[in-house]
Formats: sequence, structure tokens, C-alpha cells
Amino acid sequence: MSERPSNRSLLQIQSAYQLRMFFRSPMAAFFTLFFPLMIFLVFSLVFGNSTSGVTGVTAAQYYAPAMAVFAAVSATYTNLAVTTAYQRDLGILKRVRGTPLPSSIYMVAKIVAATLIAALAVGIMMTIGVVFYGVQIFAATILSATVTFGVGVATFAALGLLVAAVSSSGEAATSITNATLLPLAFFSGIFIIPTADTPSWIETFSRIFPLKHFVEPFVAAFNPETVGAGWDWASILYMSLWGVVAVILAIRYFKWSPPQGREVRRRGRQSASVDT
Amino acid sequence: MVWWNVLMPVIEVTDLVKNYGDVEAVRGVSFSVEAGEVFAVLGPNGAGKSTIVEILEGHRSKSSGAVSVLGHDPGLAERSYRERIGIVLQDPAVEGQLTVEEVINVYGSMYPRRRKTGDLIELVGLEEKTHARIKTLSGGQKRRLELALGIVGDPELIFLDEPTTGFDPSARRQAWSIIDNLTSLGKTVLLTTHYMDEAQHLADRVAVIADGRIVATGTPETLGGRDTARTVITFHLDLQTVEGFPVAEMARLDSGLVTVKSDNPTRDLHLITGWALDHDVELAGLKVARPSLEDVYLELTGGDNHV
Repeated sequence: MSERPSNRSLLQIQSAYQLRMFFRSPMAAFFTLFFPLMIFLVFSLVFGNSTSGVTGVTAAQYYAPAMAVFAAVSATYTNLAVTTAYQRDLGILKRVRGTPLPSSIYMVAKIVAATLIAALAVGIMMTIGVVFYGVQIFAATILSATVTFGVGVATFAALGLLVAAVSSSGEAATSITNATLLPLAFFSGIFIIPTADTPSWIETFSRIFPLKHFVEPFVAAFNPETVGAGWDWASILYMSLWGVVAVILAIRYFKWSPPQGREVRRRGRQSASVDT
Repeated sequence: MVWWNVLMPVIEVTDLVKNYGDVEAVRGVSFSVEAGEVFAVLGPNGAGKSTIVEILEGHRSKSSGAVSVLGHDPGLAERSYRERIGIVLQDPAVEGQLTVEEVINVYGSMYPRRRKTGDLIELVGLEEKTHARIKTLSGGQKRRLELALGIVGDPELIFLDEPTTGFDPSARRQAWSIIDNLTSLGKTVLLTTHYMDEAQHLADRVAVIADGRIVATGTPETLGGRDTARTVITFHLDLQTVEGFPVAEMARLDSGLVTVKSDNPTRDLHLITGWALDHDVELAGLKVARPSLEDVYLELTGGDNHV
């Protein structure tokens, strides 16, 4: 009997596998990597380098990190929810479940791949911002920005898997992620820079959800007026809380097999086309 | 192989019951499968065969009864159990963006023992598609890839859920010869199918399931008393010529078609043909047959609406 493959090599192979699938899905790659970048370019063009809002920085200096967060959330939350739910529809999760691959390694590999894609998206966004739009990066806040990114990405990956767990189909997961992410992105100041005129209920409402707690400290880390290292522990802890609850619920409700009715319907079609 | 592997059945199912709410999908099923055996579970859709197989695979929990496969309880979903089994799903389920070679490599990497990717591709006849994206494969090619993925870990026991549904006749022959190859290596196979000829070709033993129960078990030759059943002689005959027909008490006449059920076919056939020669009558469409597996199956499952 040969050796059982090590967890480490399994994790490497599975992460590479998930990454490869992402880069071979043009739609997913487009909406995750280029769509936020396009919005950033359009906003920078429209608002120019004028300073706007209460932040007192140029539009590019605000939108580069804000859209980087949007890209990171697309890479984790939307991507994981939609691809995982579709994989269940297709029976791929059921097939994986029938192999000796530990399910935890499969799930962690999905999160690792999503995190690397998120990091790539953030890297592209910030590089273009720095090179073409004079966006400044500050050594003092780089660590807090990185930690905020890490906790944010982990939280939204967990939320994505929770959506996959409770969705009845890939279509449902797509609807749920769009219906939650887009409004929250508006309320949380990703598309619209909060000003003194922003109604206070928007501020109060958006603070309930984790996105605000991801965007605010991450954008602040690129604000030249931020003093000190830019740590916002309250936001980081609040996000983590959402993440932990999401993990617990996702594990509780996750299903590997396609819904029974769906399977039977497909089977019925198949045998009908064969027998007649 | 240790001594108990040889002595213990690979699959041992006792009084298995599965309820979905108020619906009893499986109602007390018992059977066992020995090492190296090809065991077919035959039954119409909705009879409970997929539920039974999914419980054995560990995809579904049982309501009651005892299940032991390779000495494991499949319900525990142990890694060591999954390393020893191979599951071939009914619907091909792999990511279309990857190539045949990539997918086999990735799935192979999960097992301690694995077959070489090149050998597997050759075994299922996908050499020309080695570097093709899976979404470009035909339905039959995807099913053959599915078969390759089911055996990539060199399993001792293989679950085949309707392995050739949707295959054209030559693809079916090819799939059968692959499965024959596996069994000649001493692999145990649990097969579900609703094709009689498939069960007849592949299986050592067959269990017929209807309405959540096993209604018959046996070899394809003896199933449902097929071997001892009466031989059926049929032919067409004009009504006016029946006079003096020798075995009239056994014959049934139905719009010109005569059916004779015989326990002694050699003698009865001799009498019938002798009578025909004497009366200068041609027995049009003369046929001598034992009940086919299909006849037995239809009788056992109580209907012909699903074939």
C-alpha cells in the first residue's frame, strides 16, 4: 500500500485546481478583476483629481482602495457562493464527497484560491492607481491595511460559502449575492463617497453589515490625514464576528448532493430521450 | 489480502430501511455481495435502487437496518473507506473548463494507490481527447471520463450507477469490455441498470427491486425460476386446420397465433412438427423460447410501462 497523500500537497493541488478553473471562466474573471477596475477608471475620469467629500482626498485616492475592496468581496463572497452552488447543481460536490479528499481541505482550498484572486485584484487596482493616478501608499498603515484585508477576505469567503449552503441553486446564489452586495456597496460608501450631507440612517444602517467595516478602515489606511498606524480594531473584531457566525451556519446547513427534485427531473429527461 | 477479506462478503446488507418522511423508499432489504462478484440491482425508476446504492456509497443515511461494506459502516464517511471504493455517477459531473488529463490527475492525487493517467485514458479510449477541454466532449465521452474517474484510485469495490444509459450500441460494448476488464482483475462491482441485456452480459448475480423490496435474486440464468420455467413454442396457424392437433390441451389460440407451454419441449415439438408434416401444413414463424430475462423482470416488477 502506497502512502496516503499529505494534507499539504492535497491543499496545494486543490488550490491550484480552483485557481485554474477561475482563470478559465472568462465571465468570472471579467466581473471580478476588470469590472471594479473599469468603475475605478470611470470614476477617476468623471471626478478628476478634485478633492471631494469629507475625506478631503482626491477621487482616485478614495476610489482605488474602495474599489479594491469591492473586487476582493466579488472574488470571495460572490465568486464562492455562485461557483459552489453551481458545482452542487452539476453534481461536482457530490463527486468530490465520494472521494477520500477531506471536505475541510476542499473548502480551505476554495478559500485560499479566492483569497489569492482577491489579492491579485487589489494588487492590480492599487498598482494602476499608483502608476497612473498618483495614488499614495503609506508605509505606516500598510500593516493595518493588510490585516484588514485578510480579515475582510476571510469573512466574505465564509459568507459566500454560507450563501452557497442556503441557496437552492446556482441561479438563486447569483440572485442572493447581487441583491445583497450591490445595495450594501452603495450604502457602505464604495460607489458614493460619504459626505456631511449623507443621511444619518444610511450610516447607522450600513454599520450593521460587515462591508462598511471592511471599506472604512481600508480606505482610511490610504488617507494621508490618517494619523498613526490606522488600526481600527472595533471594525476588525466586528467583521470577524460575522465571519465566525457565517462559518458555523455554513457548516450546519451545507449540502453536497443536488436537491432531490432537481436530480430526478434531470434523470427523467435523460431517460426519456434515451428510451424513446 | 488477509484471510477475512476472502471469507467476509464485501457488501452485507440486513433489513435496510429508508424513509423519506412518510414515504418508505426502501422496506427491509437484505443481500450480500462476495469479493470479485458483479452484482446487478435491477428495477424500474423509483423502485429504491438509487437510494440503496447511495446509502452504500455513504451519500445518504439509513433509517434502520445494518450495512457493512469492506468492513466499514459507510455512514461514517471515513477517508479509509473512500480510499477503497470508486463511484461512477449516473450524470457526468466534472468542470468543463479543465482537460481530460488535468481532471484525472487531480482526482488521482486524492488516493494513496492510483492508476497512471495515461493508462486510464487508454483504457477508456480517450487518447485523442487527452488535452481537450471537457466541455468539448460528447455525452458518451464524458461518461467514459466519469468511468475513468471512478477507478482512478484503483478501488476494490466499484459502484456503477446506470453506467451505459445514453450510450450508443458500440459505446455500450466498449463500456462493457472495460467493466469486464475490471472484474477480471478481481474487482467487486455493484451495478444498477434497467437494461436486461446489460445485467445478463455483466452480472454474476441479479437482485430485482420493486417498490422498495427485493422481489427476486439469482443468476441471470435462474432468476425468477427462468431455468425451470416452461418452454414456449409459438407459431401461426390457420383456424380450419387445427383438427387432430396433438397437444391441443396445452395450446392457446389467439387470433391465429398458437402458444404451447411445454414441460417436455423435445417430445411436444416432435409431435407438433410430425402432425404438421402429416397434414402438409406450414407452421409459419415457428419459435421455441425460454422466458427471456426481460419477461421475468416484467412479471416480477408487475408491469411493462417502464421498458
